[in-house]
Amino acid sequence: MIERSPLGRPLAHLLLIVGILIVAFPIYYTFTASTQTIQTILRPPLPLTPGSEFANNYGEALFGGIGRIGGVGVGTLLFNTTVMALGVACGKIAISILSAFAIVFFRFPLRMVFFWLIFITLMLPVEVRILPTYKVMVDLGLIDTYAGLILPLIASATATLLFRQFFMTIPGELVEAARIDAAGPMRFFRDILLPLSKTNIAALFVILFIYGWTQYLWPLLVTNNNQMNTIVIALKKMVSFADADTPWHLVMVTAILAIVPPVLVVVLMQRWFVRGLVETEK
Amino acid sequence: MAGIELKDVRKVYAGGVEAVKGVSLDVQDGHFVVLVGPSGCGKSTLLRMVAGLESITSGTIAIGGRTVNELEPAERDIAMVFQNYALYPHMTVRRNLEYGLRNRRIPSDEITRRVNEAAAILEIAPLLDRKPGQLSGGQRQRVAMGRAIVREPAAFLFDEPLSNLDAKLRVQMRAEIRSLQRRLGTTSLYVTHDQLEAMTLADQLVVLSAGHIEQAGSPMEIYERPATLFVATFIGSPAMNLLPIEPETASQLAGSSAVRDSLSVGTTIGIRPEHMRLVGDEGIQDDEIAADLVVTGVELVGAESYVYGVFGAQKAEIAVRVPGYRHFDGGTPIRAAAGATSLHRFDSKTGLRLDSPV
Repeated sequence: MIERSPLGRPLAHLLLIVGILIVAFPIYYTFTASTQTIQTILRPPLPLTPGSEFANNYGEALFGGIGRIGGVGVGTLLFNTTVMALGVACGKIAISILSAFAIVFFRFPLRMVFFWLIFITLMLPVEVRILPTYKVMVDLGLIDTYAGLILPLIASATATLLFRQFFMTIPGELVEAARIDAAGPMRFFRDILLPLSKTNIAALFVILFIYGWTQYLWPLLVTNNNQMNTIVIALKKMVSFADADTPWHLVMVTAILAIVPPVLVVVLMQRWFVRGLVETEK
Repeated sequence: MAGIELKDVRKVYAGGVEAVKGVSLDVQDGHFVVLVGPSGCGKSTLLRMVAGLESITSGTIAIGGRTVNELEPAERDIAMVFQNYALYPHMTVRRNLEYGLRNRRIPSDEITRRVNEAAAILEIAPLLDRKPGQLSGGQRQRVAMGRAIVREPAAFLFDEPLSNLDAKLRVQMRAEIRSLQRRLGTTSLYVTHDQLEAMTLADQLVVLSAGHIEQAGSPMEIYERPATLFVATFIGSPAMNLLPIEPETASQLAGSSAVRDSLSVGTTIGIRPEHMRLVGDEGIQDDEIAADLVVTGVELVGAESYVYGVFGAQKAEIAVRVPGYRHFDGGTPIRAAAGATSLHRFDSKTGLRLDSPV
């Protein structure tokens, strides 16, 4: 910015601070609520400062088991969700990087047909193909399994396209140099393509992990057993229409715990994420 | 060590474009052969066919007496230096040099020996632990050469390896490539569009145009006796002066009548700028012909100047090399002369040299 006005900077800061407050306050308020007793929560106004029940509430939620969702603890929910999010992220990356590899570096009949087939699936998210997919999962006996949670979400046209675009920027001479250096296709993939895609993979991982973590519709359908619930589904199930039935203090704890892992992933991988989106190692 | 033999090699692309039209070439063991030509003449395609990176439509390519048409690039026992070096950006220089050897399962102590040896020859030992991104253009060029050297191949293939360097570095690397090749004695095929590079590097020069060989021979042979009009104008800078002989041309020239009478209509004479001189008070010698020019410009290159002018009604452009610095205003009439022995004669239609024993 070449803003010279003496007011510009403070004004910009003020605007940013207001923005941060608007985003952060609900989260802070949720946290505050998660440290109160249920009685305090149900008797407005809710205090703006954290209460004394932090250890009790979090302990109960994590290790005690929550009645409304069949006595499952948030620990199990977190584990389920982590397995699903990791499975979806890693699976999507593995499949899409391989299919992009095939499409960019190999000349086979109907190559473009396959490319467009993958491209078309962009228009077929889970919501559109939900009945047939559910039927397939039932027939395969994958209801209430991690595989059932992960597999239908794993194919990704977006990630394939992203890798394809990246692979197409790799100079042809690099591929030729590898051929002369006696590197076969899979060795080229492992020794050259994978290391060069590191930052892309990292950026995609962040996006896909959060995508997997926040899945709602599919886990809702494919899990009947409370032990297999993901945290987002469990959160939904914990809330009852009648306020008195809802363990609000535990709902708040669960909400906070549901936010933490994606935030951690973003914070820890922030540097890689930005690098993957803006530059490539070439 | 091995020679490379090309027999009637043709390349036709899917669209029907014929990039290489039947090239036969014999590269002898240990020779440094330069393929030179304007862009689009098929020289790079030809090199890539030798490397195995392009398929061969017809004809055969043999390296070291072994037909390699169907072999993968890795099986052809060649090493290639690319225009943009094609170093693996995520590997250190050492890993870059080792990569082809590791893939060939060469024992690690042998790899270390070869890498260290190549690093010593190219003076890149201090760079071995860096990545290509941290190197300058010249250093990358050396690493790319190193990657070829450690392979100890039957032949080096160079695809315009110097065109990404600045002028000064290019001259330096040119000399280094030449002396390195002499020292290693490895057969080399080198592609360039730069005729100066071609002249200085080659044992044998091959001038290509539109997919076929115009002329092959030693650089001096090609310079002194260009076989076609194309070669005459392509090799040499500034280009050879050409003067198509028309019915009235001879009468517009001055000097030896015997020489003037020998100029037949339908031919083109060529004279290199350095074989011409400006005529002063001393006049024209007996065996010279001279032309009156109107100056269009002067180009000062340092030790010498080139005076450009146009001749006669046909407005033929003529360049004359003069020592030192001479200044002429545009439009000044001058007279330039050339000895009869320095004339090259070509058939205007076919472009072929007339006195050459074709």
